Amino acid sequence: MDTIQGNLTLGPILFHWPAETKRDFYFKIADESPINTVYLGEVVCSKRSPFLMPYYAEITDRLARAGKKVVFSSLAEVMTQRERKITEELCHDEKYEVEANDTSAIYHLRKKPHRIGQYCNVYNEETLRYLALNGAYHVVLPAELPRNTISVMGETAKTLDVSLEVQVSGRVGLALSARCYHARSYGRVKDNCQYVCEHDPDGMPLKTLTDQRFLCINGIQTMSYGYLNLLPQIPELMEMGVTNFRISPHSLHTDTIIETAYSILQGSISGEQAASIVQSLLGDVPCFNGFYNHAAGYEWSNHDHSLSR
Amino acid sequence: MNINIQHKPELVCPAGTPASLRTAVDSGADTVYCGFQNATNARNFPGLNFTTAELEESIAYAHDHKAHVLVALNTFPPAGQFPLWKDAVDLAYKLGANAIIVADMGVALYAKNKYPDLRLHLSVQAGAPSVEAIKFYCEEFDVKRVVLPRILTIAEIKSLKQEIPCEIECFIFGNHGLMAEGRCSLTNYATGLSTNMDGVCSPANFVSYQVDVNRNLNTELNRFTIDSFSCSQNPGYPTICKGRYTVAHRDDPYYAFEEPLSLNLADLLPELIAAGVNAFKIEGRQRSKAYIQNVVSSWRNAIDTVLEGGTVNMDHLLSLTEGHKQTLGAYETKRWK
Repeated sequence: MDTIQGNLTLGPILFHWPAETKRDFYFKIADESPINTVYLGEVVCSKRSPFLMPYYAEITDRLARAGKKVVFSSLAEVMTQRERKITEELCHDEKYEVEANDTSAIYHLRKKPHRIGQYCNVYNEETLRYLALNGAYHVVLPAELPRNTISVMGETAKTLDVSLEVQVSGRVGLALSARCYHARSYGRVKDNCQYVCEHDPDGMPLKTLTDQRFLCINGIQTMSYGYLNLLPQIPELMEMGVTNFRISPHSLHTDTIIETAYSILQGSISGEQAASIVQSLLGDVPCFNGFYNHAAGYEWSNHDHSLSR
Repeated sequence: MNINIQHKPELVCPAGTPASLRTAVDSGADTVYCGFQNATNARNFPGLNFTTAELEESIAYAHDHKAHVLVALNTFPPAGQFPLWKDAVDLAYKLGANAIIVADMGVALYAKNKYPDLRLHLSVQAGAPSVEAIKFYCEEFDVKRVVLPRILTIAEIKSLKQEIPCEIECFIFGNHGLMAEGRCSLTNYATGLSTNMDGVCSPANFVSYQVDVNRNLNTELNRFTIDSFSCSQNPGYPTICKGRYTVAHRDDPYYAFEEPLSLNLADLLPELIAAGVNAFKIEGRQRSKAYIQNVVSSWRNAIDTVLEGGTVNMDHLLSLTEGHKQTLGAYETKRWK
């Protein structure tokens, strides 16, 4: 029997960390982690885009020398002239593979080999087939897809020779807006935001009036408060035809989460162990897997659905 | 303001039921939009939308009165359930819809290949706010009109119009969503029902109202508190992006995304016409017949008045807006962002 290799990927850093912090983070990933593919590039806010520019050469060099595949992710929201230009330039850069996160990037990348990111709406086999014929060879599925939908996508992807990726760890982007909610919370607007999002390396928690921890603000993006944890489901996802598993970076514990995911891929720990390792790292921040189980996204269930098939 | 236009802009009005469709047509709508009673459209609410027989009769009524009917098929079919959307496209074509409003690339491709003479409009749910995104849908699926997200200024709309090969439709009145349409899974995170796949936003069966110890009324979505009202206030519907929340660096709860406001662009109508907008859309398939009658006839009058060079006063529409508060949204200025 052929054994299919599972790959660990590191999603783009979604938060506004100081450029040096990002550089050092990627150096550590290059030197110490079992990650196969690293997605670089600013996805959330075009105003943040320039800061890491001076460091990309040394980051990509270090990652490549460590044997990591480097992909550049495009902006998830493209509206202004500047955002359009950034996107066009990225898509026409022949040096690196590009992951499209909005339709304007797909416009530039069509008929060339490219990747589709999780902010593009690929919900079904017909859209997947169309995008594959259009040049997409690797697709990250939207985070809200339930298990049975992923399973059908897996079947289709095999026939199209498209590789599928699913986010398995970290806060999940739930919505995008033209308005910056980080700036708004400080009584500012996007144009004079003074980069207040830098205060929150993992997003700014939003509580309800009855003190429930609910969401997180990351600039124009609204995220889950909880952390997605599908590490225990990696073997099941592989059976369905998903081959790439995305860890979304956070300021703390990303290295340990990567190690834990790697252990799952190696079969050296159980799903239960992985779940408890991650939850103990996060302390009182809850994990969730509701989307996968076709429940409310924020919910966590220890029930192993693979046993009830 | 002198307005130089090539053709008269179209007034596009919502119809949640056959009765409101007839009301909209009778009140002066050029076009009405509606959907089937299932997940194929983004207003999949109980008691709303059309059976096949109802849609057939309604299209006949509209066509007899020289009005067009658009069928919204603007959700994203989850893998394995695509046939439901195919059937809906087939049916819309068979019943003589003037166009279908689509968001999913797979649905658009199916319609384009099977019915080359069926007109496609790109739903706001496709989230296409840039020249390249819109051109992509026009070139790949032969889309004839784009419904713009409510996040562009008039200056941006005007420049967009000059660079894209299709018509533009803009929202002018009604609910004012804050998140990029078609890219929001907040409702699914809180309730397990998806806006994109199930066609719902803050579904009513997850809404509850709780009185707390201070006799305030808390509105909840599933288990999450969205807002709180004193007994003298009129409680708003708990939509996540219109709720009040707290953050560590602020003392008091605040509307983290937006206050509950309605979009009302009456004051900007002449500029929007001059910018080249082809169709003006009123939101609200969930609204009553009386609301439709009032809003549609007011806008019919407003558009006709502006085209004749007159000035519009639509202050009375304020009473129909959410929380009786209105906004010009993003349309007027970038300060909104």
